[in-house]
Amino acid sequence: MNEMTTVARTTTLKDWETDQEVRWCPGCGDYAILKAVQRTMPEIGTTPENTVFVSGIGCSSRFPYYMETYGFHTIHGRAPAFATGLKLANPDLDIWIVTGDGDGLSIGGNHTMHLIRRNLDCQIMLFNNEIYGLTKGQYSPTSRVGTTSPSTPFGSVDRPAQPCAFALGAGARFVARGFDVSKELPNVLKAAHAHKGAAFIEIFQNCIVYNKDVFQDFAAPKGAEDRQLWLQNGEPMLFAKGTKGIALDSEALELKVVDVVDGDWQAAGVIVHDVTNRSVAHMLVEMRFGEFPMALGVLYDDPRPTFEADVVRQNAAAREGKTADLQSLLKKGQTWTVEEGGPEL
Amino acid sequence: MATAVVDRAGEGQAPLSDAVVVRFAGDSGDGMQLTGGQFTLSSALAGNDFATFPDFPAEIRAPQGTLFGVSAFQINFGSSAIDTAGDAPDVLVAMNPAALKTNVAALKLGGLIIADEGEFNDRNLAKAKYDSNPLEDGSLAKWQLLKLNISQATLDAVKPFGLGNKEALRCKNMWTLGLALWMFDRDRQPLIDWLNAKFAKLPDLAAANVAALNAGHAYGETAELAGPLKQHHVGPAPVEPGLYRTLTGAEAVALGLVAGAQLAKLPMFFGGYPITPASAILHHLSRLKEYDVTTFQAEDEIAAICSAIGASYGGSLGVTSSSGPGIALKGEAMGLAIMTELPLVIVNSQRGGPSTGLPTKTEQSDLYQAVYGRNGDAPMPVIAARSPADAFECAIEACRVAVQYMTPVMLLTDGYIANAAEPWHVPDLTAYEDFPVQFLTEAPEGGFKPYGRDEKLARPWVKPGTPGLLHRIGGIEKEIDTGHINYAPANHQAMTDIRKAKVDGIKVPDQGVELGAEGGKLAVVGWGSTFGPIHQAVRRKRAEGADVSHIHIRHIWPLPANLGELLKSYDKVIVPEMNTGQLKTVLRDQYLVDAKPVNKVSGQPFTIAEIESAIEEALK
Repeated sequence: MNEMTTVARTTTLKDWETDQEVRWCPGCGDYAILKAVQRTMPEIGTTPENTVFVSGIGCSSRFPYYMETYGFHTIHGRAPAFATGLKLANPDLDIWIVTGDGDGLSIGGNHTMHLIRRNLDCQIMLFNNEIYGLTKGQYSPTSRVGTTSPSTPFGSVDRPAQPCAFALGAGARFVARGFDVSKELPNVLKAAHAHKGAAFIEIFQNCIVYNKDVFQDFAAPKGAEDRQLWLQNGEPMLFAKGTKGIALDSEALELKVVDVVDGDWQAAGVIVHDVTNRSVAHMLVEMRFGEFPMALGVLYDDPRPTFEADVVRQNAAAREGKTADLQSLLKKGQTWTVEEGGPEL
Repeated sequence: MATAVVDRAGEGQAPLSDAVVVRFAGDSGDGMQLTGGQFTLSSALAGNDFATFPDFPAEIRAPQGTLFGVSAFQINFGSSAIDTAGDAPDVLVAMNPAALKTNVAALKLGGLIIADEGEFNDRNLAKAKYDSNPLEDGSLAKWQLLKLNISQATLDAVKPFGLGNKEALRCKNMWTLGLALWMFDRDRQPLIDWLNAKFAKLPDLAAANVAALNAGHAYGETAELAGPLKQHHVGPAPVEPGLYRTLTGAEAVALGLVAGAQLAKLPMFFGGYPITPASAILHHLSRLKEYDVTTFQAEDEIAAICSAIGASYGGSLGVTSSSGPGIALKGEAMGLAIMTELPLVIVNSQRGGPSTGLPTKTEQSDLYQAVYGRNGDAPMPVIAARSPADAFECAIEACRVAVQYMTPVMLLTDGYIANAAEPWHVPDLTAYEDFPVQFLTEAPEGGFKPYGRDEKLARPWVKPGTPGLLHRIGGIEKEIDTGHINYAPANHQAMTDIRKAKVDGIKVPDQGVELGAEGGKLAVVGWGSTFGPIHQAVRRKRAEGADVSHIHIRHIWPLPANLGELLKSYDKVIVPEMNTGQLKTVLRDQYLVDAKPVNKVSGQPFTIAEIESAIEEALK
């Protein structure tokens, strides 16, 4: 446990920037995410020394080098495991995991699942660009069917994983979505940080070299209001300037898009977003873009006790009333004494 | 070692024996490990020195009566120093035909077989692939045979307690143990106390087990005059005065790690994943929370080591443990710990390989993996324990090297050390020098350098949470001093050289000679759990006048500084190993000595006789 107390103090964006030259491709969506994070940090009242960015391998995983915090760039797919050990060693640290679609869902899918199910208190930012960037453009587990790449010259045939559905299926208590250049991203990050437990954030990220503009359908500023559904807790699920909404088809037990006439969303049966409604969350993460707008913002947020808190509690309970006398531990069990004057050596 | 049971009948008391080897063998469900364990305890309480060898199948409950379902426990106990579990048993207790078939070949010529004839029915004989009943057909004539209907005797003994047939037969092992206690003139009371405590909530079961134990003992007493059954007294062994307990290697590693963390003044974090035969370390540590130990059963071997590295990064002493296949999975993460120069202890309880290999059998075939088994030039210290008691010392040493040199360290034990028990002279912890860790908490004069170095070439250990010392680490090549990413050719050369120099420079004690002299005709060089048979074989050969010495290496990497000169002082060097010659290759490479291999990879430890013949061969 860390005995140091962190003194709350005001920071600015500059305090969170390192002196390291950023090495992503010019125009990469990662720049926008980095800025959004650096802009968010001063607002959430934490300090650089108490913050740790832990990453795996891939373009996104270079992130820690550019944050003026503690940082650990680990090995491919395993960032959640490092974060788990670190958080158990010092539960006071504010841990951010940076991963990608390959790192977090392919080679490290197992660890992502277990981190989420255990509910370790941390933020998991999964940069999803639907491609392997750092290894030069192979298709990834989130690539759409038919993606042509060096390893799939005739198009990929396997169906993509859905990161938010995966997270929710693993037991996530916080699931959110944003995209690199969105002005809303800092708010999503703040909500994730405010959630005590594993907060899973899928961030759509534009790989301009290997998968350029793959999210333009919904991320392009032009017509965005028709294609983006920004969820707000307690607010009706409205988009297209309030002319359309999401309602429940109570016969098929699935969501549907309804027209809202004269702003009367109640009459249209539009659902009011309740971030604690797990059933609706399951439907939101499965909503097919095209037929539906892209659901963005906080899809689900319903905290539960965290793993490290339970470990600390159990350790404390197990220690209760016991003294850590190692010498007496060594002599535990059935012992015998050999007296002086026994048989000669 | 085992000598013949000396019969001193006619002196009006139990004859005296120097050392005896007993093997209990039965079906996996017969409770042979428990019988052996309790017999071990009674040997300890009688003041004998002893060594044990539990040998059980990988299957949890193999089909009853089958050859592959046999579980055996061998104990060698005596009134002189005991180094091995013994070559050939003097006594074999066979609870069924399969147990007899798989174990009788090892029995000493003229040794005693005690067989439960109640189990030698057609069905069990067929399962053990016997064409005729060996108890009847004279095929066991080389040995003394005592047929007892242990099953029936047990059923009779426990009849008053109203147990079902199956439950009643479960008491067979206590009947057998009772007989064994009588044979070796042992006090039953500690066993009775133990049974009453174990079945405190089931008093009928406790009473039935005690009755079976007493009946077995009574049988020995009343049958004394008949047949080959005789009582023997094995006197206390000469040992240093002091407090003793029995200790398995897995317990020793767990206790040694706790001691090591305490001497370093650090909390310990243990990340593990179940694997035979290493799981016991996780089990032991999981109960020791009050010693500032946090245990974490990870989702896989990789997560286990990665969580331990994460904890080390956070300022705990990270520890992980596994066996060969799991160690293979951890390889990449070890490289990261080497690159980021964080302390870490990796315990490898070796088993037979490759792949899944022989999960419950012992081998020393991970030495290459320990010394060389990572990508890139990835030097890492390796320490090998020779026995359960030695594993305690080695675990402390591994912790010391890890924190003082900021490096992962591998501690090698094996399935034999992990499971075997031996008497342990409980050490006085105040005699151990502590090595408290000093975390860097503020920038030194000249500025903070995450990859600056002390005189040992160790970099500073900074806990996240420390103001003013913010920095980033990772697996990409580090720039000298700053730790920034740096791919420059000269920097990589320099950093590779530094990592090598750091590990090469680890101070390890000079290599001593266990038995014999510095220089001479022949050195037998061993490492790990082969200590016992090598030591006894060299002792015997020296007693016969042979010029042979025993050298046993604890520090596998880096090797002791004087080892090359020492090896060159002998005309010949042989290296017995339970692999195809791994230490032999390292020694030849490091010192250009003509070390000759002596290899065994049967999943069983060397016998003393095997090492003796290797010595004879080398001295020809």
